[in-house]
Amino acid sequence: MGAKIRPDWASIGALTLILMLALYLFLHGGVGYFTDYAIFAAIYAVFSLGLNVHWGFTGLFNIGIAGFFALGAYTAALLTTPPPDPLMFEDFKFGGDLAAAIGVGDLWFVVALLGAGAVCGLVALVIGFITLRLRDDYLAIATLGIAESVRLIFLNERWLANGSKGLYRIPKFLGDVVSPENYDYLYLAVVIVILVILYIAVERVIKSPWGRVLKAIREDEVTTAASGKNVFSFKLQSFILGSVIMGIGGALYAFNIRFLDPSTFDPLLATFVIWAMLMVGGSGNNKGAILGAFVVWGIWTGTQHLPGFLSDYYFRYVMIGLLIVAVILLRAGGILGEERRVSRRIEPSEGAALPQP
Amino acid sequence: MLEQVARRLPPRWSTGRTVLAIVLVVLVLAFLSIIKMELVVNGLFLGLIIALGAIGLSMIYGILKFANIAHGDYMTWGAYIAFFLLGTLLPRSTGFGPFTFGYSLFIALPLTMLALVATALILDRLIYRRLRRRGVSMVLLAMVSLGVAIALRGLVQVIWGGGTEQYPRLSKPFYQLPLEVRIPPDSIFIGALALILVVALYLFLTRTKMGKAMRATSDNLELARVSGINTEHVIWWTWAIGASLAATAGVLLAVFQAQLFPVMGWKILIPLFAAVILGGIGNPYGALAGALIIGVTAEVSTQWLTPTYKPAIAFGIMIVTLLLRPRGLFGVRE
Repeated sequence: MGAKIRPDWASIGALTLILMLALYLFLHGGVGYFTDYAIFAAIYAVFSLGLNVHWGFTGLFNIGIAGFFALGAYTAALLTTPPPDPLMFEDFKFGGDLAAAIGVGDLWFVVALLGAGAVCGLVALVIGFITLRLRDDYLAIATLGIAESVRLIFLNERWLANGSKGLYRIPKFLGDVVSPENYDYLYLAVVIVILVILYIAVERVIKSPWGRVLKAIREDEVTTAASGKNVFSFKLQSFILGSVIMGIGGALYAFNIRFLDPSTFDPLLATFVIWAMLMVGGSGNNKGAILGAFVVWGIWTGTQHLPGFLSDYYFRYVMIGLLIVAVILLRAGGILGEERRVSRRIEPSEGAALPQP
Repeated sequence: MLEQVARRLPPRWSTGRTVLAIVLVVLVLAFLSIIKMELVVNGLFLGLIIALGAIGLSMIYGILKFANIAHGDYMTWGAYIAFFLLGTLLPRSTGFGPFTFGYSLFIALPLTMLALVATALILDRLIYRRLRRRGVSMVLLAMVSLGVAIALRGLVQVIWGGGTEQYPRLSKPFYQLPLEVRIPPDSIFIGALALILVVALYLFLTRTKMGKAMRATSDNLELARVSGINTEHVIWWTWAIGASLAATAGVLLAVFQAQLFPVMGWKILIPLFAAVILGGIGNPYGALAGALIIGVTAEVSTQWLTPTYKPAIAFGIMIVTLLLRPRGLFGVRE
C-alpha cells in the first residue's frame, strides 16, 4: 500500500478536494454552514484518531465506537448539567453542575473532558480485560454488544439520563465571552486546539518504542510475544488509550450540540462513518485519520444537495459498506498511506515495503 | 498425540449435566410460579429462531474461520425477499389453516432460501474467496463482512424504505395452553419448521459424505485438505446451509414479530453471537442449545426488565461465558 503511494501527490489531491468542498459548501450555505461543517468534522477527527490507535496501529477491531461516543457524551453532559428541575418534568436524579462546584472560570470544561475520557477508559479496561486474551474477533463482538447495551441503558433508565426526553441543559463553554451568533467560531477554535493536542500526543506515543511494539503486534503477534513483549498488556493499553480519546470526542460533541438523546448514537453516524473516515484518510497515519474525517464529512454533508437517489440518506449506508469492502479488496492505503518511517532516528530503507493489510 | 486424544475427551465437568441442571432449575422455578411459564415457552420459540441463524453462523465461523457480521443482515434479506414475493409474484392469501399467513408463504419460503443461497455464493465468489486465497487474517475477513452488512442493510432501506412492513396476515386468537400459557397462532409452525430443519441438518452432517467432510474441515482444515477433501466445495456447502437457515430464520422472525424492518437482523446479531459463543464456536448443536438458553433467558427477563433490554441480556450471558468458559459449553479447547 504505502510504498506505491506518493504522499506528495496524494496530499495535493486531498487538499484540492478539501478546498473544492470548502468552496462548494461556502457557496451553498455561507460561512455559518462552513463553520458548522468544520466543527463536526474536527470532532469526528478526534474519533478517527482514537480508532487509528485501535485499528491503524494495533489492529484492534472495534465496531462499537458508538458506545464510547455515547458514554463520553453522556458523562460530560451529566457532570456539567445543573441538577434536575422538577418543574420541567426532568426524570434524571443527578446533575453534576461542575461549573458551580468548581467555580474557577470555565475550568469545568477540562474536568468534564477528562471525566468523559476516564469513564471510557474504565469501560475499555473491563471489556479489554475480558476479551483481549481470547481470539482476535471477540473484541469486535464485545464492542458491538457494549455499544448496543450502553444505548439501551441511556434509553431505558430515565433516572440516569432522562431517557428519550434527553438532556438539554448542557452548559456552554466560554459562553459569556462572545455573542451567541459568533459562538461557533470560538467553539471551532476550541475543538481544533484539542484536536491538535491529541494529534501531537498520539504522534509522540506512536513514534516511541511503546508505539513500535503496537505496530509489531499488529503485524505479528507471535513474534512480538517471542521477543519478550506482553502482548495482552500492550493491546489493553492501546485499547484504553484509543477509548479515552473517543470519550473526549464524545464530550466535545455534547458541548457542541448541547442536547443529547439516545437516538444520537445510531451506529451509522457514530460508528460506520468514522470507520469510513479512517479508511479513506489512511489507516495507520494520524494525519490521514484527520484528513479522512474532513473529506468524508464533507462528502457526507455535501451529498445532501445532490439530485435524485444520490442524496438518499440510506444510499450512503450502501456507499460506506462498499467503501469498506473495496478498501480491503484493493489493499488501498487511503489518501495518505502509512508512513514508512517508524522512528525519527532510523532512515527508512529504500524499497522497504510496508506489510500488506 | 496422546495430548490430542486427551483434548478430545469430554471435560470432567460434564456439560450435558450442566444443561440438564439449567433445564431443571427453570422448570422448578416455573412450577413454583416464580417465573411465568408463558415466557419460558415463548422464549423457546424465540430461541429456535435464533438457533436457525446461530447454527449457520457457527458453522461459517468453524469452517471459514471468521465472524460473519453480515449474518443478521442475511436474515433481514430473507425476510424482505419473502415480503417481495408475497407482495408481487405470488397470489395474495391469508389465514391458511390455523395460521395468520396464507399458503403463498409455503411457496415463498423455498424460493427465498434459493435466492439467499445464490446471493451468499455470489458474495463468496466476489469477495471472500479472493481474500481467502490471499490468506488474510480473520479480523480482516470480519471487517469485510461488516462492510457487506452495512451495504446489504442500506440496500434494503433504499429499496423498501426505512419503515416497518407486514406479510399479508389475518389476525387469529392466541392458543390457550395449561399453566396460563398463551402462545401466538403461528408458533406451532415456527417450532415445527425449525425442528424439521435442525433434524435434517443433523442427518446431513452425520449420514452424508459431504456432512462428514464439513465436520472434518471444521475440525482441522489442513488435515481435511491433505486427506483429499475438496475444501472449496465444503465452503460452498457451508454458505448454502448458512444462507438457507438464515433465510428461514428471517422469514420466521418476521412472522413471529408480525412485522419486518430493515434493522431486524442487525438487532438480533448480538443474540446470535452470544448463542454461538455459549455453544462453542463451530459446534452446530452447541449453537442450538445456546440459542435456546438465550431465547428463554431473554424472554424471562421481561418479567422484571423492559423488553428492549433483551439484546443486553444476551450480551451479558456472552460476557459471563467469555469470563468463565471462553470455549463455550460444548467447545473443545483450542
